[in-house]
Amino acid sequence: MEGECRAPQARSSALPAGGGGGESPGSDAPLPGSSGSSALLQAEVLDLDEDEDDLEVFSKDASLMDMNSFSPMMPTSPLSMINQVKFEDEPDLKDLFITVDEPESHVTTIETFITYRIITKTSRGEFDSSEFEVRRRYQDFLWLKERLEEAHPTLIIPPLPEKFIVKGMVERFNDDFIETRRKALHKFLNRIADHPTLTFNEDFKVFLTAQAWELSSHKKQGPGLLSRMGQTVRAVALSMRGVKSRPEEFMEMNNFIEIFSQKINLIDKISQRIYKEEREYFDEMKEYGPIHILWSASEEDLADTLKGVASCIDKCCKATEKRMSGLSEALLPVVHEYVLYSEMLMGVMKRRDQIQAELDSKVEALTSKKADTDLLTEEIGKLEDKVECANNALKADWERWKQNMQNDVKSAFTDIAEENIHYYEQCLATWESFLTSQTDLHLEEASEDKS
Amino acid sequence: MEQAPLDPERRLQPAPLEPLGLPDAGLESVVGEEAEGPRDEGPGDGTMTENNFWLKKIEISVSEAEKRTGRNAMNMQETYTAYLIETRSVEHIDGQSVLTDSLWRRYSEFELLRNYLLVYYPHIVVPPLPEKRAEFVWHKLSADNMDPDFVERRRIGLENFLLRVASHPILCRDKIFYLFLTQEGNWKETVNETGFQLKADSRLKALNATFRVKNPDKRFTELKHYSDELQSVISHLLRVRARVADRLYGVYKVHGNYGRVFSEWSAIEKEMGDGLQSAGHHMDVYASSIDDILEDEEHYADQLKEYLFYAEALRAVCRKHELMQYDLEMAAQDLASKKQQCEELATGTVRTFSLKGMTTKLFGQETPEQREARIKVLEEQINEGEQQLKSKNQEGREFVKNAWADIERFKEQKNHDLKEALISYAVMQISMCKKGIQVWTNAKECFSKM
Repeated sequence: MEGECRAPQARSSALPAGGGGGESPGSDAPLPGSSGSSALLQAEVLDLDEDEDDLEVFSKDASLMDMNSFSPMMPTSPLSMINQVKFEDEPDLKDLFITVDEPESHVTTIETFITYRIITKTSRGEFDSSEFEVRRRYQDFLWLKERLEEAHPTLIIPPLPEKFIVKGMVERFNDDFIETRRKALHKFLNRIADHPTLTFNEDFKVFLTAQAWELSSHKKQGPGLLSRMGQTVRAVALSMRGVKSRPEEFMEMNNFIEIFSQKINLIDKISQRIYKEEREYFDEMKEYGPIHILWSASEEDLADTLKGVASCIDKCCKATEKRMSGLSEALLPVVHEYVLYSEMLMGVMKRRDQIQAELDSKVEALTSKKADTDLLTEEIGKLEDKVECANNALKADWERWKQNMQNDVKSAFTDIAEENIHYYEQCLATWESFLTSQTDLHLEEASEDKS
Repeated sequence: MEQAPLDPERRLQPAPLEPLGLPDAGLESVVGEEAEGPRDEGPGDGTMTENNFWLKKIEISVSEAEKRTGRNAMNMQETYTAYLIETRSVEHIDGQSVLTDSLWRRYSEFELLRNYLLVYYPHIVVPPLPEKRAEFVWHKLSADNMDPDFVERRRIGLENFLLRVASHPILCRDKIFYLFLTQEGNWKETVNETGFQLKADSRLKALNATFRVKNPDKRFTELKHYSDELQSVISHLLRVRARVADRLYGVYKVHGNYGRVFSEWSAIEKEMGDGLQSAGHHMDVYASSIDDILEDEEHYADQLKEYLFYAEALRAVCRKHELMQYDLEMAAQDLASKKQQCEELATGTVRTFSLKGMTTKLFGQETPEQREARIKVLEEQINEGEQQLKSKNQEGREFVKNAWADIERFKEQKNHDLKEALISYAVMQISMCKKGIQVWTNAKECFSKM
């Protein structure tokens, strides 16, 4: 919850939330996923059960059926989903292209905010047209992310860039910050587009295509404040029970996530530090070359050599600037995204645990014969299915995520290595040519002396 | 045992003079006239005697440094470093060297030697000593005089100093220098006995002369400006270089952290693990490579520092010239005023004020005899003054001639040395780049295998 205020509303109905019209200051009433209620996926159409009043931990759409693969209509196994992943990641088969650009500042009496232009090009049938252009602000992205998380609690949703960066931020809207955020938002949407399940999410489609007023009204549908609060309370209650028996593979997964999170955070810090040191090195180098020029002014015989050294230093200085920008473009954003991913993963694990905890609590209730056994047994049946779906969804998505992570990490670090090689090669060439010029001069002078 | 990076094959060349006698260690007293260089400025007799020594090729090295404790002048315990100076003579043809002398000296004795040389050879650009305390320090270098890296660099600097003196055509002939290399005990007393401290020009006197001199040789004025500029630009360069070194150190060392983290991360990865691990290793290699790189650069900085300190030596020669010139001007002024006085007395006109004149006015005329006496005294003084002026003039011209010869020699040496230093800097950069390429190529391979 990002400190948004919401008007209270009835829990279970799909009535639009209160709150002012349009964009009331700082608030954005999240709406129950109508994603469930309308046809969402091409083949994987789901009718969401709206009976599960008890299950307010997850909004209706997230209840029994996790999106694509596990509806009765699509007997897809996790394995085939992976194949699907590989299939879809090939550029030839990509049918949804999204760009995020043109940040624009909007000033109202109440606030100032930035919107980004989002252009979508697609050949998919369920889109009304083949090209869309909309403007969205950060809050809208947040809304989308929350909707996706609700709809797919055990899928690994791509992370959003942070809302604020506390350290070193003087002004919320400085250019670097905006640019970094824009790139991250671009990545966010594209990752969703590349995800075999999420790409067909209805909210996602609305996000990409709806005009501003359409989006606001769409947002208003869905569980309001109370229900969300209820969700949180239940979630906390369940989590306090602890996870009785997390299956082995999820223990491993959890372990991996913990350690990965530690390490990627460290790598983030290290990489940022390297950037800082390189920047400071660059700043000093800028001063270093000119001193040699200054010196050459009072020397006769040494002037050429000194000027040569100065020119080499200046060239190396430029090369180091390029190296720095390589670092900030190729490595830092990738590492940072995975830092956010690691937080996201921990959330996913929690949600999975919660789903299981629900089941466990019902089972416990059954054994202690506290309530109507028949009803309980039925509920337990449903919950068992739910747990199985959730687990399978996570497992499949986990494999996919890991594969992507490996590729991204490998490619980012390979790029950095390449940048460094290039940097040193440039400097080498500079100094070598200086050296040759000096020794040539030497030979010239020597032969002059002889003659 | 490391030699000074400047010229590892530094040998003392005999000065280009007429042969001074048989190459044995014979004690033929060499006639001073044959040798160039100061005559009355060398202490004692037999100054040139030991110069036979120099006909053989000599190798001088400061080969070791040792920490010692002792009691200082105030009878307090102190720790200092002593340096071992070894002198070898090399037989001409077969190149074998024989250790002829070896003794220990501390930094303060080097200082004493140099101060002596400054007094007795004011027309020479006397080679400077390495810095007493570490300056232009970047964060890793300790500013502690006991730090082994500092001591090592100082050892090299001291050796360099001795080699410079020994290869100087005039300084190499000095007896005190010879004794410095050969006579361990009692050397300090011997130096002090020369009374050189008394001969030294007072700083105040020199300062006064600098301000008041009217007609110094233009070349010296220019030289003074040059030496100021040289000092200023080299200090600036050394300061920035130290900062650059500091930053470079930071860049390299932070990469070392990757090594540790990659290694820990590789534990949870299956396919990626090996690649990560070995890439991490290369990051460690990269991080540790900076130590050698910066050590080499430190030697380069020392070469620049030597010329930074040489600037002061240049200024010393300029100061001496100004002092002599001022002295000359004062003497000329004094002579002129005495002549005038004499004239006035002789002709009876009083144009210049004199105390005698005043008192005679007040207390009555002096007798003709008195006047005669005074004129006679003045005439004697004038005579003396003219002689002095003449010799001062000659001294001055000699000084300028000799000083300028040495300055030309110095200029050539400086151009040669600094050019070499700058080229060696380029070589260092090239080596650093090659290392960088290698490490990152290896790392890239590891990354691509992940």
